[in-house]
Amino acid sequence: MYPSRFRYEAPHSLTEAIGLLHDGGENAKVLAGGQSLVPLMKLRFASPELVVDINNVPGLAYHTVDPDGTLRIGALCRHVDLERSDVLNPTMAAAAPLIADPIVRNRGTLAGSLCHADPQGDWASVVLALGGSVVARGPNGQRTIALKDFVHGPFENALAPDEIAVEVVIPAATGTRQGGYLKLERRVGDFATVGVAVAVETANGTVTKAGIGLTGVGGSTIAATEAARALTGQPLTPDTISRAADLAAEAARPRTDHRGSADYKRHMVRVFTERILSNSNGTGHEEKAA
Amino acid sequence: MTMVYEDDEAASDVPVRKIRFTINGQKKIAEVEPRLLLSHLIRRGAGLTGTHMGCDTTNCGACTVLVDGAAVKSCTMLAVQADGHSIETVEGLASASELHPLQEGFKQEHGLQCGFCTPGMMMAAKALLARNPDPTEEDIRWALSGNLCRCTGYQNIVKSVLWAAAKMRGER
Repeated sequence: MYPSRFRYEAPHSLTEAIGLLHDGGENAKVLAGGQSLVPLMKLRFASPELVVDINNVPGLAYHTVDPDGTLRIGALCRHVDLERSDVLNPTMAAAAPLIADPIVRNRGTLAGSLCHADPQGDWASVVLALGGSVVARGPNGQRTIALKDFVHGPFENALAPDEIAVEVVIPAATGTRQGGYLKLERRVGDFATVGVAVAVETANGTVTKAGIGLTGVGGSTIAATEAARALTGQPLTPDTISRAADLAAEAARPRTDHRGSADYKRHMVRVFTERILSNSNGTGHEEKAA
Repeated sequence: MTMVYEDDEAASDVPVRKIRFTINGQKKIAEVEPRLLLSHLIRRGAGLTGTHMGCDTTNCGACTVLVDGAAVKSCTMLAVQADGHSIETVEGLASASELHPLQEGFKQEHGLQCGFCTPGMMMAAKALLARNPDPTEEDIRWALSGNLCRCTGYQNIVKSVLWAAAKMRGER
């Protein structure tokens, strides 16, 4: 399969890239890892007239932790870099090895995954649970968009046509961070049937901050805000965990499809939420073969 | 890539870029339309048909090649993106006189039946062994989890890679 015809530019600076996008308008697309965009173009779901490849722009392939603990992930940081990283919080560390398959992870990027805004994409739930945001740069400068406002709907994000998501920011923890990501998939590389991201901060045995993001159980990435609120100010006990898991399942809006029934998916949201909160190291590895 | 057009008008609309890349150690220059996929450049442009096109949708891994040493599904990368990069395909494994240990391993352990997935399996395995010369069975299953095989049930593929790893460590 071939994509439809397009003009290709591979600029060497962000300024140049933004200028090209500005001229290209609605018909221009940014190409980073290409692991979602290229398949979409081949299937002709996307037919951009201009593709701006940012792979030659230097200084975007990083992920670093600021002295205050803020994690910054550049637009060309690949999934594999995160999988091999030792500076990630538990939620991201659990998710990184579960993104697509090992070969796709060599090229795909976290920022690109967020921009793609697939309701079944794993990273959006993870970044949502962690209260992260996207830094967008355009002709008029830079703005930071919280992930909850960044994902507008299925395959829709908040970027203007001439903006590039240059960085993803995960705020520093104020307490002790724990959590995980669990994903049910029929086989490696399939889209998530259900994914649950949990990020919790505790201090003196009490939850000070909580975030829960749900993958694949609605028309968009879902923030289980009621579940997170129920945990805040509480200790993690079987009772509080069970209550949060119930609320997370209620927040899900699954549909019956070839991957499972709505009831089953909702049930799995409950199971995963409870499992991550209970052992606090939901690495997801046990779900790999599911 | 030689393209044939009906008339000047059709041809003038086509954006073409000149790229320079290395494939199996040989420097190449190609003029490609940006929508050409890397897999097509390899198969039709360079004439190296060992890289197979399976699903064409980033699932099966049959088209896996190494780009600067990293395993990549060549149906999901544009050929123009290979500009300035080094590509290795299955044809680059064997020397003039000897099979690569991976090829020998697949032969010894019956790691293939129809053989369609084999080039992709070998290239993904090569990337694994470069990073991890002594992988466990689980490491191998993990590294090959983006490559589908519909014949073998994977058992002998894993054995083949273990065989190759031992050979490359000088233990066989």
